[in-house]
Amino acid sequence: MQNLKDWETVIGLEIHAQIISKSKLFSGASTNFGSEPNTQVSLVDAAMPGMLPVINKDCVEQAIKTGLGLNAQINKRSVFDRKNYFYPDLPQGYQISQFTQPIIGEGSIEIDLKDGSSKKIGITRLHLEQDAGKSIHDLEPNKSYIDLNRSGVALMEIVSEPDIRSAEEAQEYVKKLRSILRYIGTCDGNMEEGSLRCDVNISVRKKGEELGTRSEIKNVNSIKSIGQAVDYEFKRQTEIINSGGKIDQETRLFDEKKGETRAMRTKEEAHDYRYFPDPDLPPLEIKDDWINQIKKKLPELPDVKKEKLIKEHKISSYEAAILVSDKNNVEFFDKIINENKKRNPKNIANWIIGDLFSLLNKNNLEIKNSPVKAEDLGGLIDLIEDSTISGKIAKNVFEEMFKTKKKAKDIIEKKGLKQITSTDEIENIIDKVLNNNKDKVEEYKSGKEKLFGYFVGQVMQETKGTANPGIVNEILKKKLAN
Amino acid sequence: MDLKNISLEECLKLLKKKKISSKELTAFYLKEAEANKDLNAYISLNSDNAIKSAEESDKRISTNTSRPLEGIPIAIKDLFCTKDISTTAASKMLNDFKPTYESTVTQNLWDAGAILLGKTNLDEFAMGSSNETSFFGASINPWSKDNKKYVPGGSSGGSAAAVSGNIAIAATGTDTGGSIRQPASYCGIVGLKPTYGRCSRWGIVSFASSLDQAGPMTKTVNDAALMLDVMAGYDKKDSTSANLEKTNFYKNLKNNKKLRIGIPKQYKNDQLNDEIIKLWDLGIEYFKKNNCEIVEIDLPHTEYALATYYIISSAEASSNLARYDGIRYGLRNNSENINDLYEQTRSDGFGEEVKRRIMIGTYVLSAGYYDAYYLKAQKVRSKIINDFKKAFEKVDIIFTPTAPSDAFEEGSKIDDPIQMYLNDVFTVPVSLAGLPAISIPMGLSSNDLPLGFQIIGKSFDEDSVLSAAKIIEENANFKKEVG
Repeated sequence: MQNLKDWETVIGLEIHAQIISKSKLFSGASTNFGSEPNTQVSLVDAAMPGMLPVINKDCVEQAIKTGLGLNAQINKRSVFDRKNYFYPDLPQGYQISQFTQPIIGEGSIEIDLKDGSSKKIGITRLHLEQDAGKSIHDLEPNKSYIDLNRSGVALMEIVSEPDIRSAEEAQEYVKKLRSILRYIGTCDGNMEEGSLRCDVNISVRKKGEELGTRSEIKNVNSIKSIGQAVDYEFKRQTEIINSGGKIDQETRLFDEKKGETRAMRTKEEAHDYRYFPDPDLPPLEIKDDWINQIKKKLPELPDVKKEKLIKEHKISSYEAAILVSDKNNVEFFDKIINENKKRNPKNIANWIIGDLFSLLNKNNLEIKNSPVKAEDLGGLIDLIEDSTISGKIAKNVFEEMFKTKKKAKDIIEKKGLKQITSTDEIENIIDKVLNNNKDKVEEYKSGKEKLFGYFVGQVMQETKGTANPGIVNEILKKKLAN
Repeated sequence: MDLKNISLEECLKLLKKKKISSKELTAFYLKEAEANKDLNAYISLNSDNAIKSAEESDKRISTNTSRPLEGIPIAIKDLFCTKDISTTAASKMLNDFKPTYESTVTQNLWDAGAILLGKTNLDEFAMGSSNETSFFGASINPWSKDNKKYVPGGSSGGSAAAVSGNIAIAATGTDTGGSIRQPASYCGIVGLKPTYGRCSRWGIVSFASSLDQAGPMTKTVNDAALMLDVMAGYDKKDSTSANLEKTNFYKNLKNNKKLRIGIPKQYKNDQLNDEIIKLWDLGIEYFKKNNCEIVEIDLPHTEYALATYYIISSAEASSNLARYDGIRYGLRNNSENINDLYEQTRSDGFGEEVKRRIMIGTYVLSAGYYDAYYLKAQKVRSKIINDFKKAFEKVDIIFTPTAPSDAFEEGSKIDDPIQMYLNDVFTVPVSLAGLPAISIPMGLSSNDLPLGFQIIGKSFDEDSVLSAAKIIEENANFKKEVG
């Protein structure tokens, strides 16, 4: 067995991102997700005889925005081609796509890795194309159904350079790309609903050697699956080569349940798509003026926001990276800060990244659906900072807030969790504790100073943890010294 | 009153003066269409609705709210989608197809007050030069005689036969490689293919998208201008439609325009018979008489046009016809398995010629052949476009025969695709260049069959094309002598 450390994975990703737009790429039909089957279909989408495609300007604008977000070349002239193949959910018998002259050329994005390093991943191109409809095979044993609602919806296919070398890099690339798309509002990035889909091109080689033969893995539809598919393929391909075999160039399908890939079709079985320029559509010409207008409207990108967070709020690069990874995180953070500029940014970041994320994860929720709203978390943080409650109590209060959607103030009041800071009150409780433990007081005084902690514990128990620990320590020390 | 040999222009005058009603006119043509069923010019007649529409037109005429073609019954090639009216493309595939929408060109005609008489026969999916590939059988050339059946040409053969046989006042056609001009020539009528982009293609069953263009088929040049005025116009639903200011072809028509006439030397080849050359020279004389200058021009890539045309049009057709898959509409031959369903539906639904073109088109786009065929054809197409561009620096119009022969007998060429394709030799270069061209009848062949000549113009210069045609029309004084 050879050392696997001598091997490296070479990965390129093809991402299909559904464009956020009111209507489809070449027809006026609506793009509503989840509508009744075949209700969002125009004559063009159903490929009725004599129907012609007309490009939707909004979709082109979204592609240009994305190109700008990926630091990419915007091609002033691009061409739509037909990709010909038969499938029941492809009404025209061809998909309108861009083959030799895409709308967006080379670009790049920067990804952050766990070891603190960052890496630039090249983008080869981005092109516009139509989505197909959906075939539904499991409603009846001997029939298939076709839903054309998705037919003609605009997609951006974003192709990376083969710059990716590991599962982690592949995952970070998709996360970063998704975050950029969400920031600029060109794709909602929802992988479960299929609005972001990923194909993984992967080969292995001994470090420094020529590129190996690649497999194309289809249907990799979550960040987790991307990691699994890469790991599985690395193992599969190195094992084949190490046992003297050869990798076939083929298309493989990822099986989410088993975490495996399996052969779908070989190179010989590959379609001949007979691409040719679509004669129904003149070449797409884009003027500089338009690009400049779009540039001006472009929202802040995650990398820029990250630098700002570090500079303005003095939070760590790690914390900033996590916050900007999702536009909703940053918005949550900004809302808390903007509501009360005196709040400590570091504490806010800690609460979001720590307690909030952990509960959201446990409950499979996204931050935009968090039961604890930004202003409520802000309220809780204020109560810690003005010593109304201790940090320890705050954690319990937060859990309660998450469960009941109640405000911190109300929970504290109802449960009597307000911190006791009155020295008189605390002194009374301490006297009571010392009276009840006269033997222990004797032991303490004769040198068993470890018992100090015991007395503190008793006071806290007596006050259900609400006594201010600093005051308790101070008074207790005084009393025991007598 | 002879309603039979009447032009559209005359009809409009008679209707306006209330000498006839639209209802009388429409009923007359419906009756004639029924009486001449042997011409097989119509696939379907619109009898009931036509009369209703005519009554409405009469109301408008009586209240002086007439539109440009108010009350004129016309025939529509059955390639234009007509709302709730069967649209077959002369194919078994669409035998039962009723669109829920109306093509832009026909909508323009109805909005101008024209009345649909019926849908005319054509070669299946407009692929053919003789009308014989129609699923409904070939239409017959009204000039047929001596118990022989002559073809009306194709693909708009039904429209040509209807106008020539006096069972429609005017008709629409579509032209991809000569499908308006060649049947117009064979049937002795006027057929105009406008500049590519002049008329919207929306709602016309596509054959070859970069070439297809709708146009009028009429008895006179004036009628062609009247029809085109209504048919033409920018349509945002067709991305290849030209966004031009509205013009008026009828008003711009002149019969004494001084033009520089180009005669392409490559078109005068050995295969052309003497009678066509003689008529050609006669036409040149007409122009000279009208103070036009005659200039010999060079179109060096002419000989490659036919091959280029059949590669490009078939490539586009192979893709355009992929939508007829038996899934959503049209014919379906059911099967347990999807590939069998496709195979059985398409084998049964398409005729031989359509299948041949789909196969040629699929072949020339296939990996390994694309560069040698499709890509090369595109390059040659650019050269042909350039040939015309250069020629038009020296001349205003180009004058050629429309077809290398007169109409041929049914069945004589259908088994020889190459002979059939050669019919298009003079018309396809124009189509590849997207230029406007008209076929205008000049005279009769020794066989007493009509011969038409082609007048080609610069892009969007239909005005010169129509004016030149007017010169020929007035001098040739071609009269239809059958029917």
